[in-house]
Amino acid sequence: MASYREISTYGVVAEFDDAHKVLDAANAAREAGYTVMEAYSPVPVHGLDEALGRKRSKLPWFVFCVGATGCIGGFFMQYWMAVVDYPWNVGGRPTLSWPAFIPVTFELTILSSALATVFGMFGRNGLPRPHHPIFNTPNFDRSALDHYFLCIEAEDPTFDEEKVTAFLNGFGPEAVNTITDE
Amino acid sequence: MDPSTEIPRDPDGRTPFIHGHDLKSVSEKIADVTTLPFQKVPKFWYGGMLIGVAVVQLLFLAIYTLITRGTGIWGLNIPVAWGFAIINFVWWIGIGHAGTLISAILFLFQQDWRMSIARFAEAMTLFAVVCAGLFPLLHVGRPWMVYWLFPYPNTLGMWPQFRSPLLWDVFAVSTYATVSIMFWFTGLVPDLATMRAKAEAPWIKKFYHGLSLGWTGAARHWHRYEIAYLLLAGLSTPLVLSVHSIVSLDFAVSNEPGWHTTIFPPYFVAGAIFAGFAMVLTFMIPVRAIYGFKDLLTERHMNNMCKVMLFSGLIVAYGYSMELFFGWYSGSVFERFMVLNRLTGPYDWSYWALILCNVIAPQFLWSYKIRTNPLYVFIICQFISVGMWLERFVIVIISLHRDFLDSSWRMYAGTRWDWAMYIGTMGLFLCLVFIFIRTLPIIAIFEMRELVHKNEDHGEDAH
Repeated sequence: MASYREISTYGVVAEFDDAHKVLDAANAAREAGYTVMEAYSPVPVHGLDEALGRKRSKLPWFVFCVGATGCIGGFFMQYWMAVVDYPWNVGGRPTLSWPAFIPVTFELTILSSALATVFGMFGRNGLPRPHHPIFNTPNFDRSALDHYFLCIEAEDPTFDEEKVTAFLNGFGPEAVNTITDE
Repeated sequence: MDPSTEIPRDPDGRTPFIHGHDLKSVSEKIADVTTLPFQKVPKFWYGGMLIGVAVVQLLFLAIYTLITRGTGIWGLNIPVAWGFAIINFVWWIGIGHAGTLISAILFLFQQDWRMSIARFAEAMTLFAVVCAGLFPLLHVGRPWMVYWLFPYPNTLGMWPQFRSPLLWDVFAVSTYATVSIMFWFTGLVPDLATMRAKAEAPWIKKFYHGLSLGWTGAARHWHRYEIAYLLLAGLSTPLVLSVHSIVSLDFAVSNEPGWHTTIFPPYFVAGAIFAGFAMVLTFMIPVRAIYGFKDLLTERHMNNMCKVMLFSGLIVAYGYSMELFFGWYSGSVFERFMVLNRLTGPYDWSYWALILCNVIAPQFLWSYKIRTNPLYVFIICQFISVGMWLERFVIVIISLHRDFLDSSWRMYAGTRWDWAMYIGTMGLFLCLVFIFIRTLPIIAIFEMRELVHKNEDHGEDAH
């Protein structure tokens, strides 16, 4: 069946067999003025984010805010239930026996923070995403084994397929391919 | 020995945790175990799975009987109203703690040796929590009403009692289960991408691709991933300590002699680590031999784990001696009687067996030769597993069966249904472990790659 959407170029991908090569290439690409690019690696490579010109993620702040909400919300949930809505006299102790509310407050803090961490991380990463154009790269399976890939994307304002291919060829790649977003 | 095959040693003469591997070989070695074709699966796997499936039938039978006939089939009586269900719950949940300790606490301390055992230990945490969770679920007698434990708006206009440690337990264990599963899954995602790369059949590839959520290994993903992993480790560390502390408060908050002591939380946490490491080693030792993982799960790993076991065992031994001391020092006639009753009462065999298993047996671990001998370590681990079960038996049964009012003293014994359910959960655990071995990478592949990557970088610095 024919597709009505036009197939266009997604980017040019270089495959490297060494972490240092992909770091060099990413650094040089940033200095050459490329901005829309992404590297794919089997292990987290230190310095690659800086090389690609990225700032530190704000995920910890998000987690902190959700965790604080869970903590305060958890405490006041117990306060409302045990003091306001259903006060229950246990051996004449005060209804607001707050030390006894700490364990549940603590657990709810951890639970909400952990949920925020996992859903925040996968959500901001745009996962789950069943299909991604990068999977069109030949040999991309090796990004999960031992090879490193650098993709300069077509959305980059200075993108020019031939120039980018020539540029990436200068860093000793195993292969350089143009991929489509089909 | 041929010098070219000699393993390099660090300045202290220790062998490395991983040697002779590159990124690809280490990935393939681990992934290949999971993608083995059926005819090449070792007999060990079939044997283990068969035993697991056979034994888990006992569990189904025990659950069926329990639900149709009620908790009267158990050996509970008054005053021993807490029996096997709580013993087994505490035993299983304690076993689970080693996984979180290895994956979270050792991660924060940057102990590289945790990497090759973390995945397996985390999986065991999950399975142990599943087994543990069955007991509180079933001991309520009508498990379909179990949502009553949670605060939910209801027509009676009632709320749960937030001052009760049993309710804290509900929150602690459900949080622990949720966080453990998220931590485990997060760790698995990059490995599932590796499994996708290694799988050959298209449907298996699709299966792993779906599970990996479409992980690409993009630098920006790794960046957030590493932050999230660190945060999860930081969150799990206080969580794991809190869970067993809260479990111990189920006892310590009461005024029962033998339960009412402040030493319970740290002593329970140490016991959990002790039992958990024993269980991890129980499975790790055969798996490393049969699947040929001796280069990834080295003797040095075993040595380190034994040291953790020895240390936590000493804390547990300290806990036992303090229990005796407090009994005497309290000056309370009931506390003193409780101690005497433990040492010389009708259940004295369980106390002395406990001392043999948990205090005497681990002392052999002072020897380096024993710590690095898989057979001896395996045997000691069995002693510890039994010992930790006996510890909970001693705490629960001996304390309850003779407390304040001597007219209501009574003996307790588990019935065949108590035993069926306990042994049945072991079958469930075995099944889950063997399904895990067959379907998911049992060593964290990307972490091993990181270790290789790190070693390569260090190697280059040295030249």
